[in-house]
Amino acid sequence: MGKFRKEGKKEVPQVSTSSLPDIVYMLIFFFMITTSMRDVELKVKTAMPKATEIQKLERKALVSSIYIGPPRDAKLGTESRIQLDDAFARTSDIPDWILKERESRSEADRPFLTTALKVHKETRMGIVTDVKQELRKVGAFRINYTTLKGSALEN
Amino acid sequence: MARKVPEINSSSQADIAFLLLCFFLMTTSMDVDYGITRRLPPPVEQNDEDVKVKERNVMNVKVNKSDKLLVNGRPSDITLLKDEAKRFMTPRPNDETAPEVETKHFDLVGDVLMSKGVISLQNDRGTSYAMYISVQNELARAFNELKEEMAWQKFHKHLDQLSEEQTKAINEAVPVRVSEAEPVEIGASN
Repeated sequence: MGKFRKEGKKEVPQVSTSSLPDIVYMLIFFFMITTSMRDVELKVKTAMPKATEIQKLERKALVSSIYIGPPRDAKLGTESRIQLDDAFARTSDIPDWILKERESRSEADRPFLTTALKVHKETRMGIVTDVKQELRKVGAFRINYTTLKGSALEN
Repeated sequence: MARKVPEINSSSQADIAFLLLCFFLMTTSMDVDYGITRRLPPPVEQNDEDVKVKERNVMNVKVNKSDKLLVNGRPSDITLLKDEAKRFMTPRPNDETAPEVETKHFDLVGDVLMSKGVISLQNDRGTSYAMYISVQNELARAFNELKEEMAWQKFHKHLDQLSEEQTKAINEAVPVRVSEAEPVEIGASN
């Protein structure tokens, strides 16, 4: 049967890597589509409480977040502070900030703007109530208490 | 004679693409946010008259600054709150102490016996946010269970299996009636 035996070297041919960039580009596009840019650098701790009766926050482009919690920088104390965008703020800054957020969305989207409250679980309700009062004044009625998934009785 | 342009070496293209990939992996986040969605009431006018609500129609839930619960003047616990709220909101036409009931007609579900009860939630400025969310969550759970029962009774389906119109009808027949009192100091006693 020597007739069929191939003569010469029996080396494995080199794997072609010319398609590797294409594969990586595909991965890039996947990540570009499924993820969103990290918008802010957190200056406050936001370990959120758990809840079970929760809904998914749809359309992230229409959500503006208010962060409330004790500052990450220990030098600033442990009292809860408000963070809007990238800086600390006072409750009196909220109406202007909401107007600015509204301004940056198209007219048709404005009624669906939601304010997500990302609040640290040890925060006292006083500051949260103040923020809610400001939101009511300026007409931002849709709010969402962002929470983690889990039993609320463990909080 | 045209000069022959040497072919560009493309072996580094993969490295460049990897760099881009790393950039996107680091600057973006894929986390999905979940939360309890609520609608705030419009601000109250100063000269607005108080709406009188009958006492039997209101369930008062108060949380003080040490996260203790008071339901209708009696101390309670967060683990009992869901059942208390559910019992309160279930229409009971023959019970004098239960909230009043009325019959309303809705599309799809037909005539429904509705309770006129309202759950009033009041918290202190010192209440912790975790407790507040727990209370909100337990109240929402009570209403969701009532909706689930109604969905099963009217359509023989679970709440998450209903069509959009059916969900809307159920939401109208079982409205979430939780009102948050205007903020006041409740104090630490009780």
